[in-house]
Amino acid sequence: MHATPAPTRCDAHPAGDPAAAAPRLELRGARKSFGRVLALKRGELRLWPGEVHALLGENGAGKSTLVRILAGVHRPDTGQLLLDGQQCAFATPADAKRAGIAVIYQEPMLFHDLSVAENVFMGRQPTDRFGRIRFAEMEREVDELLGSLGVDLRSAQVVRGLSIADQQVIEIAKALSLNANVLVMDEPTAALSLTEVQRLFAIVQRLRERGAAILFITHRLEEVFALAQRITVMRDGETVFEAMTPEVDTDTLVARMVGRDLDTFYPKAQVSPGEVRLRVRGLTRGGVFSDVSFDVCAGEIVALAGLVGAGRSEVARAIFGIDRADAGEVSIAGRELRLGDPASAMAAGLGFVPEDRREQGLALELSVAHNTALTVLGRLSWHGWISRRSERRLAEDWGRRLRLKTSSVDLPAAFLSGGNQQKVVLAKWLATAPRVLIIDEPTRGVDVGAKAEIYRSISDLVVAGMAVLMISSELPEVLGMADRILVMHEGRLSAELPRAQADEQIIMAAALGRVASRESA
Amino acid sequence: MNRPLASDFPPMRLFLLLGEKREVALVAVLVALVLFTGSVRPAFLSTQTLKDVLLNVAIVSLLSAGMTGVMLMRHIDLSVSSTLGLSAYAVGALFVAHPHMPIMVAMGAGIAIGLAAGAINAAMVVFGNVPSLVATLSTLYIYRGADYAWVHGGQVNASNLPTRFAGLGTASLLGVPVLVLIAGAVLVAFSIYLGQFPGGREHYAVGSNPEAARLAGLRVGRRVAIGFVTSGAIAGLAGVLWLARFGTVDASTGTGLELQVVAAAVVGSVAITGGVGTILGATLGALILGVISISLVVLRVSPFWEQAIQGLLIVLAISSDAALARALARRLREKKRHG
Repeated sequence: MHATPAPTRCDAHPAGDPAAAAPRLELRGARKSFGRVLALKRGELRLWPGEVHALLGENGAGKSTLVRILAGVHRPDTGQLLLDGQQCAFATPADAKRAGIAVIYQEPMLFHDLSVAENVFMGRQPTDRFGRIRFAEMEREVDELLGSLGVDLRSAQVVRGLSIADQQVIEIAKALSLNANVLVMDEPTAALSLTEVQRLFAIVQRLRERGAAILFITHRLEEVFALAQRITVMRDGETVFEAMTPEVDTDTLVARMVGRDLDTFYPKAQVSPGEVRLRVRGLTRGGVFSDVSFDVCAGEIVALAGLVGAGRSEVARAIFGIDRADAGEVSIAGRELRLGDPASAMAAGLGFVPEDRREQGLALELSVAHNTALTVLGRLSWHGWISRRSERRLAEDWGRRLRLKTSSVDLPAAFLSGGNQQKVVLAKWLATAPRVLIIDEPTRGVDVGAKAEIYRSISDLVVAGMAVLMISSELPEVLGMADRILVMHEGRLSAELPRAQADEQIIMAAALGRVASRESA
Repeated sequence: MNRPLASDFPPMRLFLLLGEKREVALVAVLVALVLFTGSVRPAFLSTQTLKDVLLNVAIVSLLSAGMTGVMLMRHIDLSVSSTLGLSAYAVGALFVAHPHMPIMVAMGAGIAIGLAAGAINAAMVVFGNVPSLVATLSTLYIYRGADYAWVHGGQVNASNLPTRFAGLGTASLLGVPVLVLIAGAVLVAFSIYLGQFPGGREHYAVGSNPEAARLAGLRVGRRVAIGFVTSGAIAGLAGVLWLARFGTVDASTGTGLELQVVAAAVVGSVAITGGVGTILGATLGALILGVISISLVVLRVSPFWEQAIQGLLIVLAISSDAALARALARRLREKKRHG
């Protein structure tokens, strides 16, 4: 760092009082480049004690870089970091931690093979005079912490198998046991169900009342209004806007984020449904879901809504044949599928865009062109030889249609932003010319601008006669895009609603199993 | 929903207990093996057999303890057999040159050679970023090659060694061979370290999630280096014990041992993917393989079957681990569903 003097030790202060003269944490004119890529042009942030501060911006706006600077992972090229008005610099994540800054990443960074207590105390376990860890003391302390957060987790439990939401709570417990008074939460709600989000909000509220400063990064604007007192918006590597929450509305925020007004966010075209393309009858997998039956017609988008863990993705995986189903029938355009055989499902015209594009949808090291062509290698090859040129042509063609932003289709998929990666996954499946496309969480972790484009792509497909089954945890997306909404609760369909009759309350009630407008017995 | 959980039924519960305490399953397998062989050949159940098994297994289980420390961090150390060979010959040659060398000095020399070999591995893996499989595969050949070049067809014989040193391999204390006691002490100490000391837990943390370990402020590179150096030092000590037990060593001493060591660890439920496993498990794995090898002799089965059976055991161990993991996952799912 050029603009700052040698790193000073910045130890954690007791939680500051809300009327403090200086912000708990302030970032001024931070700039960071990686090689020739300028990731952060001008990062500005003022974080006050006792506030939840929302950080908004499209993917690629520089939020992650800013967070990593606060976490001590990156050091800014220029710029100043002040804690309680005092200038300091972090050389390592340990420095940031010592200064009382805790970062909770989207994917919790835990040791799955170790207990909750060991996770909280790793690297600073209490020891006896022989240097042995005092497990009992450690576990008691963590149990107390978890109790104070109001969650039902045991400290001696192994982390493997815990939900993402529980893992985040462990991260929060870890931060608290470190006496952190600045909590940075990077898209914590992206993978949570509604009840889990509510529990998280309650915890965040409690921390705020204790005087912690919380930086909350999210793509969901409704969360910003529910939780944050102050908002900072970033765009293209720059902090462009800061305001108190009551002073702004959604339109202002979206306009600041994308730098232009979004005309129609959900460009769903009206299509009259054609013949039945996907027919599912009595699909059952022991202990996961049972007796799931529904149809999806040509030109129709059917949404599968419900809480995370209700069995939606599992149904999709069973339809496509990745997971075994114990009973039931699936047919595509009247032809019955052999269950448990993805290759025959693909041959019958079924496409599946999985939930987790990094793990299941993309080979990140491979180029955009290779990724796009993966599903249709047979068509592009001649006696086993694959034509690079036709691969590239295919990728460029789909890239144009989906408005893919990449300087070259030869670039590894890992270099693209989340939204563009999702478009590559879409392209890969669209290249098979499917008659039925299942999309699991089409816009998870995708920024606002790219979301609208993905919606438009899906809408175009449906106009062209495709049948789409969309799994989504975002209710606005479900209501905005679907012609028909199926709701799952604990492995069963609990409701089927036409678009005109659905609203958020009805869907949520069905997802919670309180109401059933149609029992699928 | 009051449907009973699979885990409510006793057989399932036992199965899940085995999943959580894999060592219990290993002990069960070991006891079954001994009882089966004993029922066919009653002479097998003798203290002499027990002594033979322990003596045979002591060195492999020492090495597999060092291997466990490395494997827990998602690494592997294939060079242990060559380090052992080098240490055994070097200490033998030292005795030839200085017949009055104290035993402690001999052990120190062996350990020092192991430390050096381990440090080279550590440097390659930590500083050179060479995958440990490749790094230690190359040192497996390099150390062995250096051994051949130096020994040049020579041999150290038992007659060259002082009798007090050979006593390590033959003498007993309270009926337990001294060699076994030394190995046992190292195993217990390392086991306590891995289980109860912060540094030991770091082995598990690093293997469980290296990125999280870095973010938790752990010095991952240093920990990995310690793992390789420890494994090397243990291999050096094992070389000295080998020399004491067999007396005769040449440049080929210990060849092929590295795979037995990995096999013992894997049979003992040490995960090749890191984060899971104990010294007790690895030791039980070594014991199971050792008992099988003696049982085959007692049962007059062709020794050619031994390797095939070892292979079968590895497959069994890994597939039962996978089955247990699936059963545990299913139970967690049910727990969630039923509150």
